[in-house]
Amino acid sequence: MTAQGPIAAGIEAIPAGGLETGPEAALEVGGGTWRFPASRPLRLDSGASLAPLEVGYKTYGRLNAARSNAVLVCHALTGDQHLASTHPVTGKPGWWDRFVGPGLPLDPARYFIICSNVVGGCMGTTGPAAIDEKTGKPYALKFPVITIGDMVRAQAMLVEALGIETLFAVVGGSMGGMQALQWAADYPEKLFSVVCIAAAARHSAQNIAFHEVGRQAIMADPNWCAGGYLEAGVRPEKGLAVARMAAHITYLSEAALQRKFGRELQRDGLSWGFDADFQVESYLRHQGTSFVDRFDANSYLYITRALDYFDLAAQHDGVLANAFRRARAVKFCVLSFSSDWLYPTPESRDIVRALNGAGCRASFAEIETDKGHDAFFLDEPLLDQTLRGFLAGQAQARGLA
Amino acid sequence: MSDLGSAAIREDFAEILKLVRPGARVLDVGCEDGELLELLTREKQIDGQGLEISPQGVAAGLARGLAVVQGDGDRDLDHFPTRAFDYAILSKTLQQMREPRHVLSELLRVAEQAVVSVPNFAHWKVRLFLLLRGRMPETGALPEPWYSTPNIHLCTLKDFVDLCDALEIRIDACASLAGGKPARPIDPRGALENWRAETALFLLSRKSEPHAPAPQDLFGEVALPGAEPAPKPRRKR
Repeated sequence: MTAQGPIAAGIEAIPAGGLETGPEAALEVGGGTWRFPASRPLRLDSGASLAPLEVGYKTYGRLNAARSNAVLVCHALTGDQHLASTHPVTGKPGWWDRFVGPGLPLDPARYFIICSNVVGGCMGTTGPAAIDEKTGKPYALKFPVITIGDMVRAQAMLVEALGIETLFAVVGGSMGGMQALQWAADYPEKLFSVVCIAAAARHSAQNIAFHEVGRQAIMADPNWCAGGYLEAGVRPEKGLAVARMAAHITYLSEAALQRKFGRELQRDGLSWGFDADFQVESYLRHQGTSFVDRFDANSYLYITRALDYFDLAAQHDGVLANAFRRARAVKFCVLSFSSDWLYPTPESRDIVRALNGAGCRASFAEIETDKGHDAFFLDEPLLDQTLRGFLAGQAQARGLA
Repeated sequence: MSDLGSAAIREDFAEILKLVRPGARVLDVGCEDGELLELLTREKQIDGQGLEISPQGVAAGLARGLAVVQGDGDRDLDHFPTRAFDYAILSKTLQQMREPRHVLSELLRVAEQAVVSVPNFAHWKVRLFLLLRGRMPETGALPEPWYSTPNIHLCTLKDFVDLCDALEIRIDACASLAGGKPARPIDPRGALENWRAETALFLLSRKSEPHAPAPQDLFGEVALPGAEPAPKPRRKR
């Protein structure tokens, strides 16, 4: 994943020839790392800039001759660009392979699907674990504070570098949904449609509070070394695992936890100690320990901060509708889950209200489920049906059908 | 309806199609699977928005390429800013609303004109059913038995006209709909119509607003008391 000039592997790497369709066709996967030289810095909302910038990304499918079928999928807090192909670290399937693939709502036979690691991330895009060329050492806490707007600006640079003027759709869930909204606010002329799933136009006090718990857990780990753990040759694994455990609870719902674990024990009888007696404890511990293998603790600090700073209305004189005034030609689809208490349905309704207030045409559905926030990764037939319907309808309007 | 290339258009849809001026902004409250909005988009190039309570309906509307918000007319009209639409359509569901008065007011807040259809509980079939059988009427327009009907606020033509008066709503036009037969323009204040009209379709606007354009072909035929002659359709914005 190291950069070898402006393009390590890109759309040019996709073999020419007829594109097979149907479930048997092999998935066309491209991508690599795009390196923007120091002469093209990423200007940040904080006033700082980041250069050189590397962006790790994956693509699925092929850009059509009219360059009109590109879809950008934005990942969530702990996601990455490995959308629909095996993750290089965990060996697990792509995080959205339920929706991206042959015969699925985002079919690579029809769309050119791009997913890039966010700036501040740790899977190939410049983040706090990357080497600062000025010092030859990892950035660590010298990495500038980034925002959702900065993530989107980096994505826009990549999209432009790939030769795409207009995206057919920007699709995202959770933090990805926030990026999709930010795209509509900042680059409405480069968008045809937006899908925003289980997100909000700003972080609530509760959202910030949970993130603060996570950050404090990381910073309380002695191995965090004031951010300098990479140089010290250690990792704040305990702190990062606790951060993940706390956050993971917010991704589920009480009903889902009860259904999945109840008060079931790991083994017969209680231990009369502090082992993981209950299955739910064991599950959370597993979530925590497996997370540290693939995620950088400082990235977690920076990205949660970006989420906390997110307030789309505040960027537009406190009126959310103002954010969408230039996006009247963009078609929006906003979806929420009934049991999501992280970004509950009223947050999505606020977005829809603002879109309508701005004169945009918006669609909205609340998907009935007890699976909580994480339902957007899971098998939800109505989510599938709604997403499929919206994309198919818009594809027809765009002449992609 | 042969000029539309389809024989299967519901008669109320056919009337609404005649009413709506081309290119208008239309909100369809209770748009179900989006059939009417799609028809209007195809035939009148409207800029449409649906409001639908069932998620399956929303998904079906999206698949037609329509913009549909999940919600119900009782609560969620507040999603839309004032005068966001030229027309707000509420087809055959006003009697199912918890607050029909509020809904009517809201329709005429979000849109310049409202297209509302209501079954007439004073239709002769309904009266006869109750008189002769002594049971809750079940007719073509009111097919459900009392225990499962979604209709909780039924009214007669006279009742509806009274409510419009009370709410300072002007009836720009009215047509009587009867299953399968062509629509008939009527004066809803006519004594006979309260017996004859099975379902009535109204075009409404606020009395406080300047007179809104009435459609030329269908609803211009009957002069309503208090209604000024319809001016030429004006295109604002």
